[in-house]
Amino acid sequence: MFKDIGDGLRNKDPKPLQEWALKQQEGGAHYLDVNSGPAVPTEERPEAYEWMVKIIQEVSELPLCLDSTNYNAIEAGLKLCKRPAMINSVPAERPKLERVFPMAVQYNASLIALTMDKKGIPKDSENRLAFAMELVAAADEFGLPMEDLFIDPLILPVNVAQEHAPEVLETLRQIKNLANPAPRTVLGLSNVSQKSPDRHLINRTYLAMAMASGLDAAIMDANDDDLVDVAATAEILLNKSIYADSYLKVFRQR
Amino acid sequence: MPVVRVKERYQSKVGQVVLGATPEQGGTRTKVVTVGGDGTLPFLHFEGKVENRAVIAMEVTDIVPPWNDVIKEQFGDVLDNPVAWAKKCVEEYNADMIYLKLISAAPDGENRSPEDCARIVKDVLGAVGVPLIVVGCEDIEKDNEVMAAVAEAAAGENLLIGLAEQDNYKSITAAAMVHKHNVIARSPLDINICKQLNILISEMGLPLNHIVIDPMIGGLGYGIEYAYSIMERARLGALANDKMLSMPMICTVGYEANRAKEANALAEEFPAWGELQDRAILWETLTATALIQVGASILLMRNPAAVRLVQQNIADLMEANA
Repeated sequence: MFKDIGDGLRNKDPKPLQEWALKQQEGGAHYLDVNSGPAVPTEERPEAYEWMVKIIQEVSELPLCLDSTNYNAIEAGLKLCKRPAMINSVPAERPKLERVFPMAVQYNASLIALTMDKKGIPKDSENRLAFAMELVAAADEFGLPMEDLFIDPLILPVNVAQEHAPEVLETLRQIKNLANPAPRTVLGLSNVSQKSPDRHLINRTYLAMAMASGLDAAIMDANDDDLVDVAATAEILLNKSIYADSYLKVFRQR
Repeated sequence: MPVVRVKERYQSKVGQVVLGATPEQGGTRTKVVTVGGDGTLPFLHFEGKVENRAVIAMEVTDIVPPWNDVIKEQFGDVLDNPVAWAKKCVEEYNADMIYLKLISAAPDGENRSPEDCARIVKDVLGAVGVPLIVVGCEDIEKDNEVMAAVAEAAAGENLLIGLAEQDNYKSITAAAMVHKHNVIARSPLDINICKQLNILISEMGLPLNHIVIDPMIGGLGYGIEYAYSIMERARLGALANDKMLSMPMICTVGYEANRAKEANALAEEFPAWGELQDRAILWETLTATALIQVGASILLMRNPAAVRLVQQNIADLMEANA
């Protein structure tokens, strides 16, 4: 949590949030992730999300990604979103699936769904995939279009859980075979480098590896220029966009 | 068993470009031409909206062109008079636009001055009501002077002017920006240079909806399939929301088709090929009809008999097939 955003939330000062929103937009972000964090008490969260959605939409045209475990707060924010938003996130637990999937359909939002349940994050790709299968089935059941489902196979910090990194890559590859059209994939990228001294290098190396394995989207710092360069270059090398000498610049203009 | 139609869903559309300007819009045209805008691959009416039909711009040169007699004979005595020639193209052959080539500017030819060239453009504008496409003589330095003069003299007419190329795009782009025209961005059968050139032009400040892509083509039998695949990639890029490849495309059909031996050799020389008269018409027609299948929006054509056939083909293809 950036301290200035926390202060802004507590004092209802829109400045810091609006400044960060514009900064990330200039960096080339496609969505803005909105999260109150622990700065706001649980019972005040719905109101806080309404406020954040409102003030960010005052300065940015980008669609929003509403990030909370408090689904009432997310729903309060969704009601005010001018463009189809994204919900971040829901784990593969039945009661929560039943709460969140219909909400995504109702508000025409995309949904980030996690390959975990109450017991936590699986160690291997097989069990991650079992959860992914449940999430795909839920999309079918509740009528969420597959291209609006973003499955997050959950990467853990490499300094404490190194064995997860290749398992996540394998999961990314396999998720694409679960349905046709395939669901999409997403990672909260910076988690891979938590508390490592070489955070930026780890982030961008893993981003390239993950994109080659089928990663469609990442929640990441769009102001890390080297990282955005890697995303743009990987897109070219995967032949997903047509090369031009100025591709780095054009990637940021989208 | 019923056949299920497979429909693609695309994220985006081809960009739309408006050419010409009526008196209310600051010009003197009696009608404007809008190209591009399609939300699907060409003519898949069941899949998305085919917004605007392809248009034909007939080629007119400011002095008598070095073309073969098969074409020249059809025009009669207007070939040394661009005004009468342009009128004939519009009134008799229903050309949607006129493609005026100022070949007299060539330094190793008549070397006409930019001012004289601009006067010819004004004369043609005065004679016909359709929008104009104007290019120079393919001498880079001279063309930069000529097109600057033309752009200024025809300010407000919303012309389509050329040519911007990777090594020489600044002068013409500036002329288009100052006097509010549109630019032809030509790349040598190369999708990467095509995209890069569009980026460079737009970085100068010319809006994307004032750029038309000339991907360069080969005529039938001379690499048309290569042009086809480049154009297909550009169109798929446009539909996948690649803004720097989203412009409508223009093709030099008459020039390329009539460079082919098959459009010029007499039947006496190649008896198995049949009469030149028919062959020349078909060569240009088939070059055009192949390219509209991959999304050509503006066809630059010469042979009036071929123009007639392609007009019919376009009309047929615009009928819904949903």
